[in-house]
Parts: sequence; C-alpha cells; structure tokens
Amino acid sequence: MKLKINGREYEIVSGPGTTLLDVLRYELRLTGTKEGCGTGSCGSCTVLVDGKAINSCLVIVGEVEGKEITTIEGLSRQGKLHPLQQAFINEGAVQCGFCTPGILLTAKAFLDSNSHPTESQIRQAIAGNLCRCTGYDKIVRAIMSVADS
Amino acid sequence: MAKYSVVGKRIPRIDALSKVTGTAIYSGDVTLPDMLYGKVCRSPHAHAIIRRLDVTKARSLEGVMAVITASDVPGYKNRSPLLLVEMPHLAQEKVVYAAQPVAVVAATSIEIAEKAVGLIEVEYEELPPVLDVLESMKPETPPIYPDLYTNFIARPPTDKDSKPSNIAYHISVNRGDLEAGFREADLIIENTFRTQPIHHGYLEPFAAVAKADVNGKVTIWTQTQGVFTARQMIAEFLGLPPTQVKLVPVEIGGAFGGKSYLPLAPLCALLAMKTGRPVRMEMSRDEVLRDGRPAPGSVTTIKIGVTKKGYITAASATFIYDAGGFPEMSHTMFVRGNTFSQYKIPNIKIEAFDVLTNTVPVTYYRAPSTPQSHFAIESQMDLISRALGMDPLQFRIQNSTAEGDTTPSGEILPKVGFKETLERMAEYLRQKGSLQGENRGRGVACGFWHGAAGSFGAYVNVNIDGTVTLVIGVTDVSGSRTSIAQIVAEEFGIPMEAVSIVVGDTDTAPWSSPSVGSQTIYSLSHAVYRACQDAKDQLRRLASPRLGVPASEIEFANGQAIFKGDTQKSIPLAALGRSSLGFRGEGPIVGRGSIAGLPPAPSVAVHAVDVEVDKETGKVKVLSYAVAQDVGLAINPMSIEGQIQGAVTQGIGWALMEGYVFDRGKVQNTTFLDYRMPTATDVPMIDTMLVEVGSTTGIYGLRHVGEPPMVGTLAAVANAIHSATGVRLKTLPMTPEAILKGIKKQGKS
Repeated sequence: MKLKINGREYEIVSGPGTTLLDVLRYELRLTGTKEGCGTGSCGSCTVLVDGKAINSCLVIVGEVEGKEITTIEGLSRQGKLHPLQQAFINEGAVQCGFCTPGILLTAKAFLDSNSHPTESQIRQAIAGNLCRCTGYDKIVRAIMSVADS
Repeated sequence: MAKYSVVGKRIPRIDALSKVTGTAIYSGDVTLPDMLYGKVCRSPHAHAIIRRLDVTKARSLEGVMAVITASDVPGYKNRSPLLLVEMPHLAQEKVVYAAQPVAVVAATSIEIAEKAVGLIEVEYEELPPVLDVLESMKPETPPIYPDLYTNFIARPPTDKDSKPSNIAYHISVNRGDLEAGFREADLIIENTFRTQPIHHGYLEPFAAVAKADVNGKVTIWTQTQGVFTARQMIAEFLGLPPTQVKLVPVEIGGAFGGKSYLPLAPLCALLAMKTGRPVRMEMSRDEVLRDGRPAPGSVTTIKIGVTKKGYITAASATFIYDAGGFPEMSHTMFVRGNTFSQYKIPNIKIEAFDVLTNTVPVTYYRAPSTPQSHFAIESQMDLISRALGMDPLQFRIQNSTAEGDTTPSGEILPKVGFKETLERMAEYLRQKGSLQGENRGRGVACGFWHGAAGSFGAYVNVNIDGTVTLVIGVTDVSGSRTSIAQIVAEEFGIPMEAVSIVVGDTDTAPWSSPSVGSQTIYSLSHAVYRACQDAKDQLRRLASPRLGVPASEIEFANGQAIFKGDTQKSIPLAALGRSSLGFRGEGPIVGRGSIAGLPPAPSVAVHAVDVEVDKETGKVKVLSYAVAQDVGLAINPMSIEGQIQGAVTQGIGWALMEGYVFDRGKVQNTTFLDYRMPTATDVPMIDTMLVEVGSTTGIYGLRHVGEPPMVGTLAAVANAIHSATGVRLKTLPMTPEAILKGIKKQGKS
C-alpha cells in the first residue's frame, strides 16, 4: 500500500488495519506526531488528511490511502516556517512541546476554513487538543496574531 | 536605561524551533537497531498475597527473550524496595495497590510481549483493601506492612513498645500557648476540608529505551526531572556502581513533579542487561493513570481564632495525606515549611500525617502538600473575613508576616513581598471595579511556597569564534535553558544567538540536583554565574596585556572585552578565544562554577478569580483570573507568565473537575475522556502581575517561580463560588453536581 505524506509517496509494509499513528511513528519514524492517549481524547496525534484535522490514533491506514496527509514535518515548506509556527515561537506558546504539533495542525486546518475567527471560536476549535503547560493563553494569542495578520 | 540588556527580556524559548517543527526528540522517539519491546504484567487487585507466580509459559513463547520478576532484581537483595524511591516496586510476597508490577517481559514485538504478559500465571489471595485514611490510621486496622513503623521507614524502631502502623510519617509543631491564644479570640472558626487525589496530567506518557554494552555499562534514554538522581536509583536497582549507568537527557513532555518517578527505566535497563539487546518500553495512557503516581488526597481540620479587629491569635490544624501503597514520598515533610508562613500567628499547633492505603502510591506534584493545605487555610481565611465583614485582601494584608518573623518551622523569614503582592492585587481589583451581574462572584486567595535549593555545577567554554557554550546537567522542564542562556549572554555581553546550551548526559555533564521544588533556575544560576565570572577572569588576564590596561578595569559588552575608561580600547572575544590557544595563552578558556547549600527565597502569589455559576446546572464558568506573584526579578517575563497561566489552569482542573474514581481501590477513569482536564474552553485569558521584590540570595534577586502560582488556586475558586452562590464547598472537586446539591440544601434551610 502507498501513502502520500507531506507531498511524498511512501510504500508501506504495515497492514491496512494499522493505525495511521503507528505507521507514522514506528514504520516511517515521523516521530513529530505524538501519542498522548491512543483514544482520540487529547489531540497530540493530530495530522491533516485532505486538509482536515484528524486524530491519527483513530484512523487506520486503509482509510487514508490516496489522500493527502500532512504531518508536522510537512508544515514548513522549503525551510520556511508556517506563520503559525513562527507565532507559536514568538508568543511563548510552546512549553514542553508535546501538544504543539497537534495544536499547530488543528489551528492550520481551522484558520484555512475561518481566517478571521473570534477568541471564543479559536478556543472551540482547539478544545480537542489538551495542553497541560500553558493554560492555553499564549496559544490562543498566537493563533489570533496569525488570524489578524 | 535598563539595568540589564538580555536579562528581563521576553525572549522566545531556544527549544521552541525544534518543537514547532516536530524534530525535538522525546523518550518514545528514540529507536535503536535490533530493539526489543518490554511490557509490564500488573496486579488486578488492590491488596493481595501472591500464592504462586509462574512465568514458564510466558518464557517459552516464541519471540520472548526475557521475563523478570522481583527475584531477578539485584537491588532487592541488599535493601528494601521501599528505599529505592521513585522506582517501580516489583511485587514480592504481596501486592499493595492495583496495577502494581508483578513481572516484566521483553519480546521481539509489542504484540508478542503483550501475549506473553497474558501467559504469566499468578495466584492471588485477596485481602480486604484499606481505602480510607481515617480508617487506616486507627490502631485496630491491620497494618499493610508488618514491619513498617511511623517515621522509621523500613527500619525497626529502637523503642520496643512501638507497633507497626499505617502512619508512615507524623510531624508536629507547637509554638506559643494555643489555649491562651484561642481564649484571646473573639471569633473561632473550625472546619474540615477534603481534596481528592489528582494526576499531573502531563501529555507525554512514560517511555524508556535502554541498552547494555559488552563492558556491562547500561545507557538509558528516558524522561526524568533529574538524570543524576535517576542514575543513582537505577544503579542501586540494578546492583551496579552509579557510573556504570548513563542517563541521556531527552525532551520531557510535561512533568510537574511526576517525572522524578521512573516506572519503566529500571525495568527496561534490567531487560537490556538480561537479553544483551536494546529494549524500548512505553506506557499507555491507561497505565499512566493507573500507575503514574498522583498527588495525594487530603483531609484537613483547621481552627483559627481572631480578634474583633481581625488579628489572628491562634491556629491549629491537622493535615492528613493519603500516601497510597508506599511510604516513600512523604508530604508531611513539606508542611512545616509551607503552612501558615504568610501570616503572623503567635500560637500554633500543627499535626501532619502520611497515611498508607491500598491505592496508587503518590508522588510530588507542583508545590507538594501545599495546594491541599492552602485550600483549607485560604478557604478558612475567607470565611473569617466574611464573618468579620472585612475585605479579604485587607484582612490578609493586616495579618501578613514581615522580614525577620519566625515561621512555624522555626525559620527566620527573609524579605518576601507579602504586602507588596497583596497590595498590587488590591490595586488591580480597585481599577477593575466590583463584579456586576447575577450569580457571579469574586474570590481571592494567597499562596506561599518556601522553595528548595540544590547542588548544581556548570562549565562554560569561550569558543574561538567568540561564542560561549554552557554545559549543565539538568533537564529542562520549565524553560530553564532559555533563562540560563539569558544570564550567560548578560554576563559576557553577547547576544542570545552567541550562547549555546548543552544539557549533557551523566558521563559528561557536571552533577546536578533534579529539577524540582522550583529550585532549578534559582540554584543553577549561581553555578552558571560563578562559571561565567571564572571564564571572564581568564579573559581579562588575556586581554590586559593586549589592551595595556589592568585586568580589573576590563568589562564585557557587544562581544568585546572593553577598558572601562576608554571604550576605544577593546578586543573581540573571538580574538581572545583564539589567542588563548596560542603561545602566549593559558590554554582553552573554561570557566567552572558550583553551588550547594543556598538558602531558599520563598515566594508568594495572590489570586483573584471571577466566576459565574449556572444555578440550573451547577456549572461554573471562570470569567476572569488574575495572579500577582513576587518573582524577585523576572529573568524572562514571557516564560514566567506561561508558568503562572499553566499552574492556574492545572489548579482550576483540580478545583472543578479532575479526580480519580476508585472501585475497591482500582482506578476506574483511565482515559482523558473520563479523567477530565481543562480544555481551552474551560479557562479565560489569565492576567499576570510580576511583582519584583528582589531576594537577597538569588542572582539578580530572582526567586522560585514555577510552583507558587499553583498554591492559591483551589481556595480562590472555592471562595468565588461562595460569593456567587452563598454555598461553601469544603470538598473537591466542586463539580456541578456538588454545587447543585449545595444550592438545593441552601434552599431548604
């Protein structure tokens, strides 16, 4: 089976019933995608499938064959950070960093569909991504700063 | 002109780029060739005797390379497992909590390892579990350990009359004349408060990778708040000298006290030694919640007496902490230094107990013991100010301690900004104005944290390009690398980009205490500062003949060594770095610094929260939240704000929603769906005010930062709910159900 990840095709040996998360982390060693719970309740494993944010621990690779998958490793292009990545650095939105890849991808998918959200819409949008370090304050501000610019 | 050029600036974390690109390496990201996978077999019972343990079938499964049980642990031959603190305790004759490890398997795949765990045969004889601390303390309750005596962990008492007890530790403090103090009081209020056990909730589950080389040396990659303390304990577990174990630092996905505990690393290392192959172990979230040691629940009875004018005359309190199944992580030891220190109380009596139960053993969580004790103290302070009709902040200001006062632990208080911080909050609230609207209320509370100080070493290399490399041995759980780099940049007069920080492994880095007790930046900065001065002295000696000025007249700015009297006389650090290696040099410039025995610089944080309570559903909405904290001097304000905002959010979770659900001692809510933590929709933006009353002991006057902002949250929220509803809740969490019950009860009375 083939998977299209970050614009590149990968030949996969894992069976179609393997979760996308396990294939990313253990077979392809794209370890930027994190496993925080394995039950779809923390958002650390969020990736984009055809531009939509999904929990990769809840999806088996058979379901995403032929679709465009974006992981955190594919968010910056040609060495240039995505504005969200830069904003997270500048605003102090990164602490331990474990939730960061998932929140960045959730935020990207959200801003792609709503470029001028309110604070409360941003909070709703990232409510599926737990962060234990920051209290969300600086994360929300970072996303707002990108939406405003 | 600002006093400092880099210190005090909002500088982004130096580790942020690797984290936003997914390239930062955490324990679970480490892969070695030919790696095996380990899995733990756990007890299904909270309290049981092991009658038979047979691993024969598991061992003979194809692909299984090793199975170990307690009898394979070299460290258990010399000493009680209970003395190997923050380690997993493989059960020997009995299990004392559900999920206690009984055996561990290494196999060629995760699937085979899991299958082998299922083939391990254990016959248990169940015992009635002891689940309630008050029951457990009674002399007639059978002791969980037949050889455990109060305050004599795993050591028999000298006094023959002592009996084994479930009270692991007990301390008492008596100061003044308590009875006389209460006689002087016009108002005495007594209450009992309860808090639930709570998990740190770090997003990264435990993981470890280990390998053993042919010389018998073991190398371990695992998340730990202290690589050197981890090395020591793991070496004792493995029966090796400490230097035969090497801990390699990795990024840590949240810790908050919970990652001094090493549930996998020692097991993983032993499997690697047994099999001669690298081994990886990872915990599922379910395992983290069942066996990732939480903060203890508590029962506190507190009595405070005051005069009509609002002066405290006496206070007594009994703090009981639920230790869970092991006695090793005492919380009572923190009580003396962290309770009643912010108020002048002439007559005090404190009793504190760590009590064993057959539940998951506890460990330290962000200001251990203190959010629990302050939930009681600060709720009580609120009730008294209400009864007296006094403003709650004024009541606290009036009773606050000052420099030179003696704390209950007998310590003379150094300068702490109690009044300054309380007054800053009072001013903030004056400007904000009173809270309008129905079912809304404001609560305030104060939190004190004494802080810790450890031993740290550091060395700096001044490189041939004029950059500086700092080598330290403490892992970063709070942005410490960035703040410390700021200090190095400040001291050498170079930009942040010219500083690099290496967190070395235990073979290469100078010894460091763990990152606990809010001590890291506070203590480490002394070692780093001294290392910088040492290197700067060497640079001055090199620069002096070249500039033709006395060494003592040379300072550092803009990447140059400069003569104080004439800034035209200067030489770049790069040139000095190069010349140090030449004929006239002294060799490479290496500065070293060390610190131990630093007295802590206590800190105070004042909280104010506005809430709205839905009287139909009991749901609390946190409308706004503000914290004023005495940080001494903010090395990096952005980083400190993040610490405060994170701590408050954890506290809101503790106050309103989090908590274990037990069934006969077994944790039932083992996913993030039913162990509910705050999301972005549960908290507002959190205002922070950094009060800078410089400490006399910290570099630049800095203080402990990371733990103090957690302490006052629980009571602040409870006090706000009282303001909004008239209902006083004395048991956490204050769920919608509990609040509705309170409202209904109030309606009836």
